[in-house]
Amino acid sequence: MENLNKTTRRQFIKVAGLSGSGLFLASFVPLQNIFANPGEDPKIFAPSVYLKIDSNGIVTIIFHRSELGQGVKTALPMLVAEELEVDWDKIVIEQSDADAKYGNQTTGGSTSIRVNWEPLRVAGATARVMLITAAASKWNISPENCYAENGFVINKLNNQKFSYGALVEDASKLPVPKNVKLKDPKDFKLIGKRIHRVDTPDKIYGKAKFGIDIVIPGVYYAAVSRCSTFGGSVKSFDATKAKSLPGVIDVVRISNGVAVIADSTWHAFNGRDALEVIWDLGPNANVNTEDIRNELIRQSKTEGFEFEGRGNVNKDIEKGEKAIEATYEVPFITHAPLEPMNCIAKVENGNAELWVGSQTPQDARSSVARVLGMNEANVTVHITLMGGGFGRRLVNDFAVEAAEISKVSGKPIKLTWTREEDMKFSFYRPPSMHVLKGSVTENGTPLKFSHHVIAPSIIQMRFYRELPPKDYDIKEGTVDLQYNIPNMSIRGTTIETHVPISWLRSVYHTQNPFAVESFIDEMAYAANKDPYEFRRDMLPDDSRLKNVLNVAAEKSGWGKALPKSKGMGIAISECYESYSAQVAEVTVENNKIKVDRFVVVIDCGIVVNPDLVESQMQGAIAFGLSAALKGEITIKNGGVEQSNFDDYQILTYNEMPVVDVHYIQNNYKVGGVGEVGIAACAPALCNAIFAATGKRVRRLPVRLSAT
Amino acid sequence: MPKYTLTINQKKFNVQTDAGTPLLWVLRDNLGLTGTKYGCGEGICGCCTIHVDGKAERSCTLNVEDIGESPITTIEGLAENPDHPIFKKWIDLEVSQCGYCQPGQIMTLAAMLEQNASRKEIDDAMDSVLCRCGTYHRIKKAVDELAEEKL
Ligand code: FES
Ligand code: FES
Repeated sequence: MENLNKTTRRQFIKVAGLSGSGLFLASFVPLQNIFANPGEDPKIFAPSVYLKIDSNGIVTIIFHRSELGQGVKTALPMLVAEELEVDWDKIVIEQSDADAKYGNQTTGGSTSIRVNWEPLRVAGATARVMLITAAASKWNISPENCYAENGFVINKLNNQKFSYGALVEDASKLPVPKNVKLKDPKDFKLIGKRIHRVDTPDKIYGKAKFGIDIVIPGVYYAAVSRCSTFGGSVKSFDATKAKSLPGVIDVVRISNGVAVIADSTWHAFNGRDALEVIWDLGPNANVNTEDIRNELIRQSKTEGFEFEGRGNVNKDIEKGEKAIEATYEVPFITHAPLEPMNCIAKVENGNAELWVGSQTPQDARSSVARVLGMNEANVTVHITLMGGGFGRRLVNDFAVEAAEISKVSGKPIKLTWTREEDMKFSFYRPPSMHVLKGSVTENGTPLKFSHHVIAPSIIQMRFYRELPPKDYDIKEGTVDLQYNIPNMSIRGTTIETHVPISWLRSVYHTQNPFAVESFIDEMAYAANKDPYEFRRDMLPDDSRLKNVLNVAAEKSGWGKALPKSKGMGIAISECYESYSAQVAEVTVENNKIKVDRFVVVIDCGIVVNPDLVESQMQGAIAFGLSAALKGEITIKNGGVEQSNFDDYQILTYNEMPVVDVHYIQNNYKVGGVGEVGIAACAPALCNAIFAATGKRVRRLPVRLSAT
Repeated sequence: MPKYTLTINQKKFNVQTDAGTPLLWVLRDNLGLTGTKYGCGEGICGCCTIHVDGKAERSCTLNVEDIGESPITTIEGLAENPDHPIFKKWIDLEVSQCGYCQPGQIMTLAAMLEQNASRKEIDDAMDSVLCRCGTYHRIKKAVDELAEEKL
């Protein structure tokens, strides 16, 4: 099974892009003129891996990323269709398999649009130019006298037209042009429009097949028993009772535990529950949340590695200077997408075929090949529709399990996890502690700011123990602050944990902005300044953050008189090339918090589909509030205590605030959208709670008490 | 294994399975009606909601042997009429994100509207259907508009 501590530089580089530190695999456009089937009908013109047009005029756009609810199955094809000049309602969108020919297929780090913004438009434009060239030579006129629209090339001189289908054969014989000209944004017809999601009807009619809904002929169902203590292993097991249950067909050992194979999901679950396994709990059997927290506390007393610094935060206190300090902390949390993990695997005759809802399908392919000792070329990974992901599906442990079970049993297998397994065997958002110190001058201008973040590093724990401190991923959201404070020091210390950790929607932006933006609020109060104005006055005039901050203040009616139990809080964040400011409005009575409203202002550069941006912001508030108000995974005897949505609660319908989303229209490069909405949510909320109650929340999830 | 005859979406189905099997898994594994989703298996999340005798029920908490003659409607049955106002509203407002919880949301709301429930009853019912993507904001808007249109 996957060895979490294994260090490979290659893997590190592969995943480092997810940390948002700007280390992305260079995007590339694999262009080649594939005239796939010259002799046959329909003939197919495929000038890149991202689209094909057949001689019947059917335009198929290949979707090579993962759809988890964020809407990229709609947004990415929009980019191709925009440049290709086709009728949006007539295109076919086809989910690709995992294949290196598509470039990086990792759906994480809010990269889908950012990375594909250019390659997909180039793919569409290249095809368009070739179709125009083909038509022009048929008419024997210059391509300048032609234009493309709605799947036709039109002769400007006489208004004659050829459908794309009629041009397929000729276009296929042309060389693929380089450096085609992309459309001027002012001519966009699709980009910027509220295009409906392509998959909504099937989803709401119950027709859409998520991974968990797929079956293949002859499939058997499997469930796995794993050690509830991380790091434990099977000592021995007795399958007699399990095998006596109806429908149970086989019981096999795999690296992660013991698998029961049955004729239905329910029988597999029952068989699994009846297994008698003796576990070797391993070295972590006595580790509890308090031990991990104590290590955070211990390290919080150290200096840490300085990522960034200016001036001197240790300068003597000057006359009238007001210094404050505070410690913030957050716990482990988990993704809990509503569709539990699952995978179909069919391993036979030296080949493996998988159907898996993965955010890293190429990694699923290579991981399965590695574990089964196969060549990657013999592993096919079909990407399924996913019922949420939020980062959980960046790790393919469940796909490897299914492949192993299929290999050992010699049967096609559908592995389904229960919700309890999802809670107990995830890869968690790491906990963290933050020591903040700051000061303001006598007249309230900011003077010093220091932040020491202590947390386990995902990259260090998963891939690269020798990660140089300057590259610690835990700094994400702590550095490059735009606040103009003369003396600053940003430092970090990593700790180890045996609890598996991984990326969760917005990664360290789930915690660092909470600490930073809450503490900036504390500094504003220390300075006797309005929290909005205090921030505004520290930001450069040309800053996009300052702009979203100002818009948020205006749209929220910042400063308006509020009844006694109400409060407003503001926070800003920069995350994956996008900028957001949020204002939360809360009512707190008898320590009960009601979140009334969020105003979310987002500047993500060019907006591809405003409706998707809005829904991502609304969803991010629900996700962010779930984490801030409720989310906490605790560790007992080395394993997770929570088991279902009763003890790991998420926000509900009645708790959802009104969310007003405002996006800034500009022509900046496209930024990430799926995660940025999380970052400012917790601090805006907690700053609002402070405004309403005078109680400063420094530890999540929020727990207000009478004292 | 015992046999059961179930009336689902106005059709009769014969299934053979042991007593104690949750209706959810009969629908999904035996009958291929996978629009009814598995989310928690404990009656907490609501994504397995179906109608039994016109009432919203969580199929993960019902045993196959307890259904008897009661007619069952699943999301596939409701979708036989794609013009149902809920579907139209859901598409119009683009409520869905990943979509996994949506059959449960829609089945819960459909039963409530059918029973002419009060707004408070509707809100209480919807409050018990979880959505991890956080589509609540739009569900509320859909409920607001549907409730208004009904008056
Ligand atoms: S699966 Fe039935 S309520 Fe969650
Ligand atoms: S839309 Fe994804 S869980 Fe509700």
